[in-house]
Amino acid sequence: ADIISTVEFNHTGELLATGDKGGRVVIFQREQESKQQPQRRGEYNVYSTFQSHEPEFDYLKSLEIEEKINKIRWLPQHNAAYFLLSTNDKTVKLWKVSERDKRPEGYNLKDEDGRLRDPSMITTLRVPVLRPMDLMVEATPRRVFANAHTYHINSISVNSDYETYMSADDLRINLWNFEITNQSFNIVDIKPANMEELTEVITAAEFHPHHCNAFVYSSSKGTIRLCDMRASALCDRHAKFFEEPEDPSNRSFFSEIISSISDVKFSHSGRYILTRDYLTVKVWDLNMENRPMETYQVHDYLRSKLCSLYENDCIFDKFECVWNGSDSVIMTGSYNNFFRMFDRNTKRDVTLEASRENSKPRAVLKPRKVCVGGKRRKDEISVDSLDFSKKILHTAWHPSENIIAVAATNNLYIFQDKVN
Amino acid sequence: MFVRGLKRKCFDGEEDIEGTLAGIKAIPSYNLQRQSLLDMSLVKLQLCHMLVEPNLCRSVLIANTVRQIQEEMTQDGTWQMINTQSTGQTSLDRLVSTDILCRSSREQAEGKQVPGYSSFNKDFEDDQTQDSSETMSTSSSVQAPRNLQSNVWEMENPQESRGNFQKSLDQIFETLENKSPNSVEDLFSEVDNSYYDLDTMLTGMMSNTKMGHCDGLETFSSPTTATSNSNCKSDLNELDHIVEILVES
Repeated sequence: ADIISTVEFNHTGELLATGDKGGRVVIFQREQESKQQPQRRGEYNVYSTFQSHEPEFDYLKSLEIEEKINKIRWLPQHNAAYFLLSTNDKTVKLWKVSERDKRPEGYNLKDEDGRLRDPSMITTLRVPVLRPMDLMVEATPRRVFANAHTYHINSISVNSDYETYMSADDLRINLWNFEITNQSFNIVDIKPANMEELTEVITAAEFHPHHCNAFVYSSSKGTIRLCDMRASALCDRHAKFFEEPEDPSNRSFFSEIISSISDVKFSHSGRYILTRDYLTVKVWDLNMENRPMETYQVHDYLRSKLCSLYENDCIFDKFECVWNGSDSVIMTGSYNNFFRMFDRNTKRDVTLEASRENSKPRAVLKPRKVCVGGKRRKDEISVDSLDFSKKILHTAWHPSENIIAVAATNNLYIFQDKVN
Repeated sequence: MFVRGLKRKCFDGEEDIEGTLAGIKAIPSYNLQRQSLLDMSLVKLQLCHMLVEPNLCRSVLIANTVRQIQEEMTQDGTWQMINTQSTGQTSLDRLVSTDILCRSSREQAEGKQVPGYSSFNKDFEDDQTQDSSETMSTSSSVQAPRNLQSNVWEMENPQESRGNFQKSLDQIFETLENKSPNSVEDLFSEVDNSYYDLDTMLTGMMSNTKMGHCDGLETFSSPTTATSNSNCKSDLNELDHIVEILVES
């Protein structure tokens, strides 16, 4: 199994897609709940697996293009088939996933194996009939949106008009129509005329969930810009600019690096933005640009270790963040296979671990605690014992229920609320 | 002033430095830390992957950090002072201080001795092949932007040093933009041929480095063996040591 690089529920939560470093997409489907086994409340089983992207070679630059899937985004469902967008560093693809449970039998010109029948042997005509067959799930690429990005794609986002979507790389954001693959509109371009002057890159971008003209993008300097596509074709001037003033007491050479935003997500309501930087998650009100509404510490005990984390490159890890369906809880990952949840109403938070060794299947997860110095209680783990190779970068929350998917390197964990 | 033991508990003052690191000038610890960070950042920028394009965000962040340090050092006036010390010994100390820098915060939190450091330092001092250490340190100062050397001659001119520094950063960005298989060779082209073994070792190390691979913060306690570079002579094992610590392979 390969390292999982993205996780995403579809709009109903019936399907869960994962992409991995090897360019594969695996889709899980939730079982229908059955009365016979009420405790098995809709578990997820593999529904479809396909190779989305292959490694490529850019001959002009003599560089490999990785097949790793950076993001998957589902389209809302209109008919029996499912559609999703998957992207690697350079190319976005639209995939159709459909079921086939019948096949035609009784052709005149060929027999059941597909071999052509001898025409002289055909004496009667018959009408082929559809007969049931074992369910087969097929994935077919319907569109390939290529050659539009010089830099590495970090985000894709489907617009609420369901006709367009955007793809963002380090310096540019492009707007696509689903039907047109040979051109896209460039809506944001922050590439300086002189690359020597480059000091800031785009790290994530997302469309507003309801307003098809608005989108946000975050930067490596810890800023978020809200843009309105009605204002001009090229949205280089933002409509709103969100930035928290720097805390002078916490200033260090690493301040900029840890302020770099690794993920940005609109709330389902469309009223708030959630951002993740290296040590915190922040909730911003769209109506207040000068500072976030709420700030939650994910793993502040790492603040004194920033030099080591810089040395081993962990400081550049890009953690994602998610809202729950009602926007009342936010979740993000950390190291040592820990992930954290923050309840915005009660202000309580919990640290949980995604690990086979430390919890049995179907057992309630035990809250974990990191001890920061002094005496370590039993069951606590000290900061220096944390395993920094076990990082939870990708998580997803079911759109309406309390079911979460957590990717821990090459394992996928699915947790749900305990049934009483 | 108390005579302190050799236990390297905290890196918190000049007396510790003088007691534990023989031969180093009593540089204030902040400057030392800052210089180590600068060296580390420069190495990170220059040791780029060859087959896959390096991450632009990471490169930009590291470059910004380097610029920040350089600006502060220019303001302080320490930029010129550091550059007059172009001996191999000082560069060696800078490498050592990277270790201190990254241990110090941890040890301050726990207040205990880390055994790995003393073994590392012992290897350094016991080794007869000072040549190899100097080889590494000289090449690392070559790998650093050329302004370090040029500043020896241009001490009066901080503006120009900034310009040279900027040029080196620009070069790095150009390299990032127009990646070609030869770019590593270009970056190392100033390195004397006698350092070829270092070159192969470094590139060999980078190909073995996994992205995001972290052994936890216990990176120095057990020196791992270097890559399967059979050409490494025994006197280059110390180089492996140093480079591993910088590159975290």
